[in-house]
Formats: sequence, C-alpha cells, structure tokens
Amino acid sequence: MSEIFVIVEHRLGDTRDITFEMLWKAGELAQKLSYTVTAIILGHDVKSLAENISDRADKIIIFDDERLKNFNADIHKEIIYTLIQESKPALTLIGNTSWGMELAPCLSVKTDLPLATDCIDITPKDNTFIAQRQMFNGKIFSNISFAKSEGCLLTIRAGVFPKDKIGDRKAQIIQQDFPVTDIPVKKSFIEFVETAAGDVDITQAELLISVGRGIGEEENISLIKELAEALGGVVSCSRPIVDKNWLPKYLQVGTSGKSVSPKVYIAVGISGAFQHMAGTSGAGVIIAVNKDPKAPIFRTADYGIVDDLFKIVPVLKDKILEVKKG
Amino acid sequence: MDIVVCVKRVPLTEEVDLVIDEQKKGIKKDQLAFVLNDWDNYAIEEAIILKEKHGGEVVAITVGSEDDEEVLRRSLAMGADRAIRVDAGDIRRFDSFGISKILARVVKDLPYDLVFTGVLADDDNGGMVGIMMAEELKLNHACMVTAIEIEDGKARTTSELEGGLGEASLVELPALITIQTGINEPRYVSILGIRKAAKKELKIINLADLGLSDEKLSPKTIVEEVYLPPETEGAQMLTGDPDTIASDFIEILTKKGVME
Repeated sequence: MSEIFVIVEHRLGDTRDITFEMLWKAGELAQKLSYTVTAIILGHDVKSLAENISDRADKIIIFDDERLKNFNADIHKEIIYTLIQESKPALTLIGNTSWGMELAPCLSVKTDLPLATDCIDITPKDNTFIAQRQMFNGKIFSNISFAKSEGCLLTIRAGVFPKDKIGDRKAQIIQQDFPVTDIPVKKSFIEFVETAAGDVDITQAELLISVGRGIGEEENISLIKELAEALGGVVSCSRPIVDKNWLPKYLQVGTSGKSVSPKVYIAVGISGAFQHMAGTSGAGVIIAVNKDPKAPIFRTADYGIVDDLFKIVPVLKDKILEVKKG
Repeated sequence: MDIVVCVKRVPLTEEVDLVIDEQKKGIKKDQLAFVLNDWDNYAIEEAIILKEKHGGEVVAITVGSEDDEEVLRRSLAMGADRAIRVDAGDIRRFDSFGISKILARVVKDLPYDLVFTGVLADDDNGGMVGIMMAEELKLNHACMVTAIEIEDGKARTTSELEGGLGEASLVELPALITIQTGINEPRYVSILGIRKAAKKELKIINLADLGLSDEKLSPKTIVEEVYLPPETEGAQMLTGDPDTIASDFIEILTKKGVME
C-alpha cells in the first residue's frame, strides 16, 4: 500500500495552518486511493504537536532532538531523504512557505525526485498525479505531470485546502532517533526578528484603504491618504509599496505582512496576487479599483470598479465629503 | 567578495491580456515587452552593493537566446563586471531541474564567495532554481533574504518568514542566497549606461562546452496544458458615470456600517 508523506510545519510551539491543510488534502487522496497518511515531525519538545494531528494521519514519525530546535533546511533534507529512501512514498507534501521553499528544492535534487511548487490542487491520474498550479501571478493556470519516478514532491500553497479533519484515522506514533550524526552545520540560527512593528495596527481597523503598484509614483500616495481621511479609514498597502520604501512594513497586508479583518477593504491599484489576498480573507467586503479588467483581484473582490484610479479616486473623495457635509 | 548572480529575462504581463499558444504549453510572447526579472534586479543591486563595500568581482549569468542578452547588458550597466550567456537553444525543453544543473555547471568553474538568484521568476513562479543549484554545488544556502551583512567570512542574513517575522542566521561562505524584493533600492540605469557597458565582456558558452547533454538534463516535470483561469462569479462591477459609481460606492460603505 502506498503512502503519502506530510511534512509538519510548526513554529514557536504551534502547528501552522498549512499542516492541517496538507493533511486534509492527503486524507482526501488517501481515501480515494486507499493510501495511508504519514505525518513527519522534526523538532524539539514536539510531542504535543503529534497529539494535535493524531486523528488525521495513520502514522506519525517524530524526531525529537535538541539539534532540531530551529528549522535548518539541510538537516531536514538529510532526515527526510532517509525516510523517503526507506518508505518510497507516492507523494511528499511540503508547505510552500518560506521554510518549505528552501527545503523542497534541495530535497528534490538529493532524492532525484520531481518537484512541483506552489500547487493549488492534486489529482490522481493513471498511477501518478497531475498538479495544478499558477503562472504569471495567477493570470495563467497549468497542469503539471511527472516523469516516471518512485514518487514526487509537491509544495502546497497556503490557504487553498480546508483545515478540517477528513475521514477517521488513528495514528501510530513512532519516535525515531536523529539518524545522521555527521551533518556539518554550516548555517546557524541566531534569532527571530519582528520586521513589521509600528504605531498603527491595521489588524484592528474597521475600514482599510489599501494601495498597490498601480499608484505609480510615491507622491501619488497622498491621493489614497486623502481618500482614507475623508472616509475616516486607515491606509494600508501591498508589497511593492513597501519594497519601494513608500510606506512602512507595518502597513503591509499579505502573507509576509499582516492578516486583516476590516468590515470593508478598499483595494486601489492592487492586482491581487495571492500573497496579498491571503491577508484579506478576514475582510467583510472587498471593493477593488483597478484599470485592468483582467486583474486577478476582481476574482476575489465583492465589488469592482474598472477605471483609472487617478480619475475615480478624487471623484469618490469629493462625493464622500459632500455626503458627510450633509 | 566574488559574487555570481543568475538572472532571467521575463515578459511584462501586468495589465496585459495573455493569449495561450496553439500547443497550449505556454503563452504567446511576440506582443509582450520583456524586462529583467524583478527579484533578479534586486539580486544584481545587492551584489554590487557588497562589491562596493568589500571589493571583488560580480558576474551575471543567464541561460537563453541572444534576445536574453538584454538583461545581461542591463546587469553590466548596473555595475556587474562581466556576463555569461549559456546558449542552450530552445530552453522550453528544460524544467527548473535542468536549468539549475546548467547554471551549477557554469558556476562551478567561476571564482565565487556568494551566488545570488532571485526568490522567484515572474513568469513560471517556480521558485526552485536557486536552492536546487545550491544542492548541486553542495553550498550552504539561505532563502528569501531581505538583509545581508558580511562578518568574518560569514554572511549574517535575515530571511523573510510569514506574518512580518524574520529569521536571522549566520551562514558560512561560500553560500547561495535567494534574494527577496525590497532588500535594497535598485539603481537607475540609463540608455547611455547600457551603451557604455557594451565594452564589458559578455561571453557565450554552449551546452556542449559544458559537457552537458540533453539526456542529463531531461525534465522531471512536464507542462501538460496551460489555460486561462476558470471563470468565477467574480466581483459585482459598479458601472455608469463617475457620479453614479461614487453613489453606489457610498451606499455599500453605508450598508456595511463604516460610513454614516
């Protein structure tokens, strides 16, 4: 019987959502194909993490060792490589996260197994799988197949599968010893750093007016500030604005920034890359303003305005001020 | 501090209607404008910043056609010392696995302390070539890096994690680092600058020169089909003249309780 490996991602003692999402997909595929699900946990003091998922896998393999306290892609790679050699899983699922994006490619070369990254779905087909992914920032979808091999590696985009339990499993928990003693550690963890501290907390705002690349120039951001002021809302932004240093990191919405949950989220000149939209899933209503009718943001927004922001934003502002004056 | 930077030329696709090609394996590119991949622009800039601080040489590499030399010339204009293009014919027959093997083979013979790639390329959004190369070359690596300081022959890096968290690490050199956008402010390049940089060395290497054959580079992943995103219900569009749009907009805000 074939196996599906799920590499458990956890940070600072918490199982990350992507782990539950991968276990959901693994569970669904396992039901369909009569496979088993094996979760692999590498870390230190991680027994409670196994308890969290013991009804979502058939087997949980734990490596609990002080040397695994901090994530190190090379050490993870060596251990998982050994496990893959032993069990030859049909699929190995890894989060398409910062850590997973470092682990998966080196594991692929080490194991000589094919890798598809940032997958949004997996479908079984003729004893192998088809991975669905996106290109050109979500403007194109693609189906990927794998050359004949003894399994394949996939990294899974966060937020595309449910976090729920699927089926009824009871895991056999296997504690294993750190198998490799001579991994030279040439990269050492120093510390976690908070890169998005600031005096405005966009996660608490009820109304956010968010600005993206479409704003063009730094001085145009005043247009968005004026709209926010008229509305009594808070300004936030997408990544390109922070990359250019036009607004501080603590105002950034998205995977690498903040997750927000305003009643209304107004996205101006934001194309809607999934990394950005991942931070807006808690928003009540999303209104998008973009001149490109094909911009991916219109797929997730509730309301859309297809127009040049430089034309429509001043009109919106004036109208609001007019209404407020009564 | 010798640094090799791997770069890629990619089409600009924002605000453009993409058209699928006849074979349904890719998009039609003849009408598109091309640029240096955004992440690679930051990677070149970071290499030049480190070179200006610590000395050494910056080499830019790409795998591609003559048209792709455009991004090498841009890299040279930004301050790279020399450039290499690997002429591998039609590179659509390779996947990231093959491209990383080609790049690793070229880098192997160059002097380097650091190898940079961008985190992602704006076209296929694969994000694996850099770390695959690191494994091929048995190099230490750091991923999604937003800050680099060189201290006593080691790189102190900050990797971007999720939710505004960063991870500081100490990496022994030589190492491969994948560069995240926002790490610096890439310098402006003028047409004149690009013209001046034409004097710098741009070497062309063939696959055969590298002792690589298609057999060793055969893809492990195959694009079966590409297609436009499936239709979704999508947003309800506010239409009409600006005044009508503004009234509808205010109505939504009022209904949702964020405007009185």
